[in-house]
Amino acid sequence: MAIITYREALNQALREEMRRDPRVFLIGEEVGVYQGAYKVSQNLLEEFGPKRVVDTPISEAGFVGVGIGAAMVGLRPVVEMMTFNFAIVALDQIVNHAAKILYMSGGQFRVPMVIRGPGGPAVQLAAQHSQGMESYFYHVPGLKVVRPSTPRDAKGLLKSAIRDDNPVIFIESETLYGTKGEVPDDEYTIPLGVAEVKREGTDVTVIGWMGMLHRALEVAQDLEKEGISVEVVDPRTLRPMDTSTILESVKKTHHAVVLEAGAGFAGLGAEIATLITEGAFDYLDSPVVRVTGANAPMPYAKNLERAKVPDKARIIAGIKQALAV
Amino acid sequence: MDKKVMVDLLYQMLLIRRFEEKAAEMYAQGKIGGFLHLGVGMEASCVGAISVLRPDDYVIAGYREHGHCLVRGSDPRLAMAELFGRMDGLSKGKGGSMHFFDKERNFLGGTGIVGGQLPIGTGVGFAINYRGGDQVCLCFFGDGSVAQGVFHESLNMAALWKLPVLYICENNLYAMGTALSRTQSVTDIYKKAEAYGMPGEQVDGMDVLAVREAVTRAVERARREKIPTLIETRTYRFRGHSMRDPAAALYRTREEVEEWKKSDPIVQLWDRMSRDGTVSDAEYKEMDKEISQVMEEAVRFAEASPEPPLEELLTDVHV
Ligand SMILES: Cc1ncc(C[n+]2csc(CCOP(=O)(O)OP(=O)(O)O)c2C)c(N)n1
Ligand SMILES: [Mg+2]
Repeated sequence: MAIITYREALNQALREEMRRDPRVFLIGEEVGVYQGAYKVSQNLLEEFGPKRVVDTPISEAGFVGVGIGAAMVGLRPVVEMMTFNFAIVALDQIVNHAAKILYMSGGQFRVPMVIRGPGGPAVQLAAQHSQGMESYFYHVPGLKVVRPSTPRDAKGLLKSAIRDDNPVIFIESETLYGTKGEVPDDEYTIPLGVAEVKREGTDVTVIGWMGMLHRALEVAQDLEKEGISVEVVDPRTLRPMDTSTILESVKKTHHAVVLEAGAGFAGLGAEIATLITEGAFDYLDSPVVRVTGANAPMPYAKNLERAKVPDKARIIAGIKQALAV
Repeated sequence: MDKKVMVDLLYQMLLIRRFEEKAAEMYAQGKIGGFLHLGVGMEASCVGAISVLRPDDYVIAGYREHGHCLVRGSDPRLAMAELFGRMDGLSKGKGGSMHFFDKERNFLGGTGIVGGQLPIGTGVGFAINYRGGDQVCLCFFGDGSVAQGVFHESLNMAALWKLPVLYICENNLYAMGTALSRTQSVTDIYKKAEAYGMPGEQVDGMDVLAVREAVTRAVERARREKIPTLIETRTYRFRGHSMRDPAAALYRTREEVEEWKKSDPIVQLWDRMSRDGTVSDAEYKEMDKEISQVMEEAVRFAEASPEPPLEELLTDVHV
C-alpha cells in the first residue's frame, strides 16, 4: 500500500476514471491552466487536454447546467466547485434540475454527474467561505451526498461516484487535502451508501465524518486511557445513509453520540439520532447525544471560530454525558 | 484642477498602498489569517471614483475592498483591527478582510461571493428612488463578476427601472489565474452596457484623474436623470490574487507585471504634481511619513484591542 495525500488520492481517481471512460470530463474554475485552486487537478490538463479539462468563467449556475445538459445526452461530467460555498449560486440547477430530472421525466433521462470540491469549516475564512455545506443537499431526494474522510475513501468513493448514474454531491475538505493515508496499489472502488467502522469499541458509538471523525478518533485514543472504549463510525455517504452499520454498532454499545461540525439545528445529527431512536430504542441505555456546531454563521475572529466548531473537550463531554460518567 | 483635491487624491492612494503593505506584513507575521486580497496597483480606481461622492451616497464592493472602505473615510485603525479579528474592528472582528462594512459611511460591504454585490447595489438604487432621494450608489466588482448571471440581471433592472447606480468594473485582466480573454467572448466589458440600453465607458484605471472625470459625469447623470452607467476601469493588481498566490507566476509573466508597474497610479500622479510644482519632494515625503505613522498607530490599536467576547459567537445571528 502506498501512503499518499487525500489530494493525490482524488487526483488518481480522476485520472483513472478519465483514462477508463472517454465520456468523463472535468469542468470548473481554474481546473486547467492553474492546476486547480487546491491542486486536485494537477497535471490533468497536460494528460487529457483542454477538451476534457475545461476552464470556465465564474458562472457556477451556468457550468453546472452545462454539466447537467451534457449528462442528459450521454457524457459523464465531473464538475468542480472551487469550494462548495459557491455551489449555492448553482443551487437551482442542482436542486430543481439535476436532482429531479430523472423523476420528472418518468425515468427517461439520467443525470450521471459528480459535483465535487471542498466544503466545511476551513481556517479563518469567515461566514461565506467556511460552513458545513452538506445540509444544503442531503435533504433533496434525487441527490447522493458523499463525505470522504480519508485518502482511501476519497479515491474509492470518487471512482464510484463517477460511475454512478445519479447526480452525486461529493464534498471534500480544504483542511484534509494535505493529510496522508494508506491507499491500495491495485484498482479498487468503495460503494456509495456503505459506512465503515473506523475504530472498534464496546462502550459507546460515536458517529462523525471529516474533521469531526478525525477528532473523534483522537478522543477515542485519549479515552482508552480512562478505560472508555469508543467505537467510531464513519457514514462516508450521507445519502443514502447506511443505517444498518450504525444500528448494529449502537445495539452493541448501547450509547450513541453524533458529531456534526455545522449548525446543529435541523442538521444531520438530528436525523441520525432519530434513525437510532427508531431502529434501536430498546438497546439504548441513554438518550442519543448530539455534539454540533453553534447555530451561527462562521466568525472570522480566531477565538470565536474555535468556539463555533466542536473541539475535543466538547466531544469528550458529549461521550461522558451519554455514558453518565 | 484644484490643488487641494489633487493632494487629497494622492494622499488617499498612498494611504491605501501603505495600508495594504502593512496588512501583507502582518499576514506574514501571522497576525492576520484567512484570505487576504490586496489592491496594490488598483488604488486609482476606487480613489478616483469614490472621491466624487457625497457622504450620503452609497458604496458596495467585493472582497478586494479595503481601499474602497478607506477612501470612504473609515478609520484605518478599525480596519486593521478587523483584519486582526478584534472587537474594535469595523465588524467586531467577525467579518475579516473580505467583509468590511461601515454603516456610518454608507459602506455596504464586503462580499466574498463573486458577483454577490451586483443585485444588492441595484437594490440600493431602487431604495433611493423609492424614497425620492438624489443619492447614487457605486457598485464595484471585478472582471470575473461579469460572467455571473446577476451581472446581467442587475444591469437590465437598473436600466429598465432607471436606478441611480454606477456599475464600476475594476478590470485587472485576471480573475484569479484566468486571463479575461479566456472567460469573456467580448473582453471590452463596457460594451455590454449597450445591450441593456445604458451608457458604457472604458477608462484608464491607472489614472486617478481620468477615473474621477468619468465618474463625475456618470454621477451627475445618475443624480439628475436617473441614468445608470457601466464604467470599466482598466487596471492591474501588482501582487498575486491573494496572499496564497504570492508569485502569480502560473498565468502571467514577470515582464507583463513590470510593464504595468510603469504606470503605477501613485507614481503617475506624483510625477505630474511634482512637474507642475503642485507638491514638492519634501511635502511628499512628509505625507508618506505621516501615513506611515497612521499605519503604525493602526497596528498598535489593533494589537491592543481585545478579542471579541465569546458571547459574540451567538449575537447578530438575529436582530
Ligand atoms: C461565486 C464565487 N465563485 C468563485 C469564487 C472564488 N473566487 C474568488 S475571487 C475569484 C476571482 C475573481 O476575479 P475578479 O472578479 O476579476 O476580481 P479580482 O480578484 O481580479 O479583483 C474567484 C474565482 C468566489 N469567491 N465566488
Ligand atoms: Mg479581476
